[in-house]
Amino acid sequence: MSAIPLGGQAEPDLAAIPAEHAQPRQARRWYRQPALMSGLILFGIILFLAAGAPLLTSYNPIAQNLSQTLLGPSAHHLLGTDQLGRDVFSRLLYGLRTDLRIACIAVLFPFCIGTVLGSIAGYYGGWVDTIIMRLVDIVVAFPFYVLIIALVFVLGPGQRSIYIAITLVGWVSYARIVRGEILVAKRQDYVLAAQSGGLAAIRIIGRHLLPNVITQAIIYAMSDIVQDMLAIVTLGYFGLGVPPPTPDLGSMINDGQNFLTTHWQLTTFPGLVVVVVGLALSLIGDGLADLIRPGQA
Amino acid sequence: MSTGPILSVQDLNVRITTRRGIVRAVDGVSLDVAAGEALGLVGESGSGKSMTLRAIIGVLPAEGRITGGQILLDGVDLVPLSQAELNRIRGPKISMIFQEPMSALNPVMRVGNQIAEGTRVHLGYSKSKAAERALELMRRVGIPDPERRFRAYPHEFSGGMRQRVMIAIALSCDPEIILCDEPTTALDVTIQDQILRLLSRLCRESGVSLIFVTHDLPVVAEICDRVAVMYGGQLVERGDVRDVLLDPRHPYTLGLVRSAPDVEHVRDSLVPIPGSPPSLVSPPSGCRFHPRCGFAQDDCTVQPTPLRDLPGGRSTACLHYERCAEALAADGIGHG
Repeated sequence: MSAIPLGGQAEPDLAAIPAEHAQPRQARRWYRQPALMSGLILFGIILFLAAGAPLLTSYNPIAQNLSQTLLGPSAHHLLGTDQLGRDVFSRLLYGLRTDLRIACIAVLFPFCIGTVLGSIAGYYGGWVDTIIMRLVDIVVAFPFYVLIIALVFVLGPGQRSIYIAITLVGWVSYARIVRGEILVAKRQDYVLAAQSGGLAAIRIIGRHLLPNVITQAIIYAMSDIVQDMLAIVTLGYFGLGVPPPTPDLGSMINDGQNFLTTHWQLTTFPGLVVVVVGLALSLIGDGLADLIRPGQA
Repeated sequence: MSTGPILSVQDLNVRITTRRGIVRAVDGVSLDVAAGEALGLVGESGSGKSMTLRAIIGVLPAEGRITGGQILLDGVDLVPLSQAELNRIRGPKISMIFQEPMSALNPVMRVGNQIAEGTRVHLGYSKSKAAERALELMRRVGIPDPERRFRAYPHEFSGGMRQRVMIAIALSCDPEIILCDEPTTALDVTIQDQILRLLSRLCRESGVSLIFVTHDLPVVAEICDRVAVMYGGQLVERGDVRDVLLDPRHPYTLGLVRSAPDVEHVRDSLVPIPGSPPSLVSPPSGCRFHPRCGFAQDDCTVQPTPLRDLPGGRSTACLHYERCAEALAADGIGHG
């Protein structure tokens, strides 16, 4: 029989005391993250172009000039004109403006709804969790784009339909992320301490748990904007997006497709802009993730 | 006792459902704590000390459930209360200090706000009044330069300072009783001593009662008035701290005392208790300690052994407690 001595004199657990927070802070400074920095610069340029569209181009993006259709790039028209004689560069900037604005607004609704439902599911568990997660499973069972396109098709084209469709489909990712994080975090002692301090569940979720877990959702939101942007462009391409003549990258790509062999710039440049926006936001998301992860104690 | 107990736990039962079966983590525990009294609750890991505390304040793990008994705080039974009703009591009447001060503080919330939060929620303090109160508490628990520390985050504090913050949080709404779950175990020895002195000083100053869970007997001797010893989810001995630690009436307490180093009585060797703690899924019949007990007789295995009162306001669950006195006499470490 083995003799197990009882812990009469407590051994101080020195290893657990400080150290983990002692890592050099300089290494985590945000401006030293190359991914984050290049993403921010790139996105800054994109924002400048989108916001400054009226200053950067003198052409009205919807003004047609049927005497000057399908011109090649020149000093007058930087990227030429389309089949209705509209300035492509101007349409590009205004289209970027529309799509970016819709994407950034569209990401907010699923973010909020998913975070609330995810934290309720994670914190309470039990049947509440089961119901919410079954709903998530139902939505996840459909491919993202197929479901969005189907929803917008049913709701009819336009911005409102895009917001509704993205919200209905997008909240599940946030709910999953936040639920998982809350499941881990709620086992921490500080939650126990808050509970034994007589704090209400809603306060514990809002003030103690969410500030600890929301970073993951924010990082995901960065890549989600890209996905939403692509969805909006896809919808525009199918003629389900923002109705013409409002400039939109998706409809520009579609319009230019008919002239692909002769006027490649009509489709290529809107496509490139989408790629660059996606790159910038992904870099920011990755950079934020790198920045935040090592700091989590 | 001159005044009635602040907290009276009667025949508390806690069961935890696990994959290996139902664990009877707390089995018929009864405790009384008088106003201003410090009660030590000792026992080895897994003896149900922490579960008893968590049951009292209503933060059992999701798998755990109170299956019987009463928890009377100021005469009100806490067991049937809803979470919302409990939330009005936790904080202003009862609060808790945890073992790991680093994980029991919210890492992304300023320390001052964590201390102030309770008074804002429970006492309806304004932001500025709560901040003032938090600063006062920080001063009381000995945090230097509270104005500057108020805005700091927990990771900027040392282990001892974090535990002081926890104590300030526990004190913030002037509770009648504070449950301490091994508050000094994670600290190094010199800091342990500071925290213990602080706790017993605060206790004396404000008349708050303590239940102090630990497996550290010298700590119990230093801070507690009375002590209850737990083994296998049950109480095995209860009484004044001097009586119990110097003259145990249960072989398990005797084993604990013998296995603890002691500066005052230098012993030739520390005597470990043989064997390992009992399974609480299927505990041994009769006295739960009998498989490890050197004094066990045939009758120990037959019936459960509830606490029986002895003269001198103490109780034991041992049927053959006289043997302990004999063994102590043989050791030569009886009344020192």
